[in-house]
Amino acid sequence: MDTKTIKKETNTTQTTERISGSEAIIKCLLAEGVDILYGYPGGAIMPVYDQLYKYQDKIHHVLTRHEQGATHSAQGYARISGKVGVAIATSGPGATNLITGIADAQIDSTPMVCITGQVASHLLGSDAFQETDIVGISTPVTKWNCQVTKASQIPEAMAKAFYIAKSGRPGPVLIDITKDAQFEEFDFKYEKCKGVRSYIPIPKLDQTSVKAAAKLINAAKKPMIVWGQGVSLGQAEAEFKAVVEKAGIPSAWTILGAGAIPTSHPLNIGMVGMHGNYAPNVLTNQCDLLIAIGMRFDDRVTGNLATYAKQAKVIHFEIDPAEIDKNVKTDVAVLGDAKESLTALLPLLEEKTHPEWHQKFKDLYAIEYEKVIKHDLHPTKEGLTMAEVLKEINIQTKGDAAIVTDVGQHQMIACRYANFNKTRSNITSGGLGTMGFGLPAAIGAKMAAPEREVISISGDGGYQMTIQELGTIFQQKAGVKIVVLNNEFLGMVRQWQQLFFDKRYASTEMTNPDFVAIAKGYSIPAEKITKREDLKGAVAKMINTDGPYFLEVCVEKEGNVFPMIPTGASVSEVRLE
Amino acid sequence: MSAEKQLYTVSIYTENNIGLLNRISAIFQRRHINIESLNTSPSEIDGVSRFTIVVNMSEDNIKKIIGQIEKQVEVIKAYYHTEDEIIYQESCIFKMRSGLLFDERQIQNIIKESNARIVTVNRDFFVIEKSGRKEEIELLHRELSAFGIMQFTRSGRIAVSKEEMKISTMLQAFQH
Repeated sequence: MDTKTIKKETNTTQTTERISGSEAIIKCLLAEGVDILYGYPGGAIMPVYDQLYKYQDKIHHVLTRHEQGATHSAQGYARISGKVGVAIATSGPGATNLITGIADAQIDSTPMVCITGQVASHLLGSDAFQETDIVGISTPVTKWNCQVTKASQIPEAMAKAFYIAKSGRPGPVLIDITKDAQFEEFDFKYEKCKGVRSYIPIPKLDQTSVKAAAKLINAAKKPMIVWGQGVSLGQAEAEFKAVVEKAGIPSAWTILGAGAIPTSHPLNIGMVGMHGNYAPNVLTNQCDLLIAIGMRFDDRVTGNLATYAKQAKVIHFEIDPAEIDKNVKTDVAVLGDAKESLTALLPLLEEKTHPEWHQKFKDLYAIEYEKVIKHDLHPTKEGLTMAEVLKEINIQTKGDAAIVTDVGQHQMIACRYANFNKTRSNITSGGLGTMGFGLPAAIGAKMAAPEREVISISGDGGYQMTIQELGTIFQQKAGVKIVVLNNEFLGMVRQWQQLFFDKRYASTEMTNPDFVAIAKGYSIPAEKITKREDLKGAVAKMINTDGPYFLEVCVEKEGNVFPMIPTGASVSEVRLE
Repeated sequence: MSAEKQLYTVSIYTENNIGLLNRISAIFQRRHINIESLNTSPSEIDGVSRFTIVVNMSEDNIKKIIGQIEKQVEVIKAYYHTEDEIIYQESCIFKMRSGLLFDERQIQNIIKESNARIVTVNRDFFVIEKSGRKEEIELLHRELSAFGIMQFTRSGRIAVSKEEMKISTMLQAFQH
């Protein structure tokens, strides 16, 4: 590799030892503190698996039932812990099966290292058995990738991979290692990567921009914060809370920002975006200052950009310079790590409370409560709603659980109604919207944080996209609580068909199998409920069961998620019905 | 800043790495931006490569593209310049029938006047090389077309900026 890396500090193996490339891979993983990895064996990665056998007391390999499951598990592991998740697969189909998870990690800034086996270097380009150009395929969806064809390149490639995956704005990295490089013996020595000369992970904080931001915040009469995952990725929850409280600013979150300050915090005004809360969406177009922190103005957040917060000045706290002015023009950009930036900002802020401005949020919340929330949480109709299941989970877990969701209606409902007391508790596929993410991600989350209650909430559609991972749960005895909210529809698509396609329900109705029988096939205790009076007891039984548990809740078939900003509409045109 | 499209010359200093061309071209492809020309070469700094890419787009968009390019781990720095801010050249080669040199007197004049040069002559064909601005090359191409061109190829633009590009300073900062 030609890239120059810094090698001033050396805190690892100094003495060399003659070992194979495959053993070196394991030693690199151990040096990076990896104790668990998710994967699936196959021809081109077998030398590494042979070493995993040798090192099984030091590093735990989790055999998922599909390589996609391995990536989502690694993501779940990374999202709850902040550590780098690791997935491993063979060449060809093994490698291509990783792509969905890699793309998901890229758009949701999740630190992940993927290791793929590759055919022997003399076969590259010959259309050999299970040869695929995974470096080419993964290029647009990785933060960095490389192919290694010599054992001697392995330590530097691995060190760079971990450094790049976790530094700055995190992301997925892929290393493709030919089989001959895995077999080849060489003199192994490992040095952790301390820097790459062409790569500036964290821009240097410019104090003048912080002062400019503080000046705007202190002068604002109707300021509003929208924060994203950057707060928790930067481990800046405490600094963020201090800023919010001192400046007294109503603060809304993007889907990936959830939980950086608790749901119950009085200045937490809910979620923005397509299915976000009414008040923060409407008032985005009334605030005089919009302060974006660690978020990227995704189209699901902004709605129509031409009418998004046009009346407001915009401050953008961001680690990635490419995000500045990408979608929304900023008046002040504060480039840097969230923790450092907010620490610098705090002493410059004046203490404020903005009571009249807060009242506006409360007034609009009251409208949303009457029109939507009341009916979701306290339905008078017979059918169970998804929201009342979330309410019951909130009550019984006291808001301490990590909620891992899939994609669709249940996801929006879970994010809207779940109580998050702790940061890194909302694990969901935000940017890519990957159905099938939830169940395997919950496995990774539970293994990274075994002391926490991890509840996987899926719809009947997404659940069946990676249902095979029940096998992983069974084999690993992973104590994941699995809730399927079954409406016998691909609910979100059906909702759009109802609202925008004259109720022509093309291929959205599902004939489902006996989910309880399937769970029991994997020796996972399971129950299905259809009635409201059974909900409390069923959730209690789930929570009180040691180990994995499956609960199917049959909910009303044609329930809709509101509020909703139709595609192309303005945030202020958010619909309540 | 303008939303009007114009030609921009993008200069990218990079680590010399397999796959980086793919990574950079994907940034343009994904946004449906046509690359007018692309050249890769060594740069003034040992071990650092330089991409020169010409695109037709608005300043709003080229700024975003530069951000996406600089985000790539192995890109050291990227710049964009308008036509006025650079000195640039392209190069082209024509392969013509040798008989033309004797049958068509005009050809000799065209070569002389266009500051092109004859690289080689043999019994069957001769080769003309011309470096210059795109318009000059297009003019020469038009003039020679009348006589029948056996082969023609034109290089991508290469350019240096009038302003300084402080790559060496940036790299030194890294070495400390």
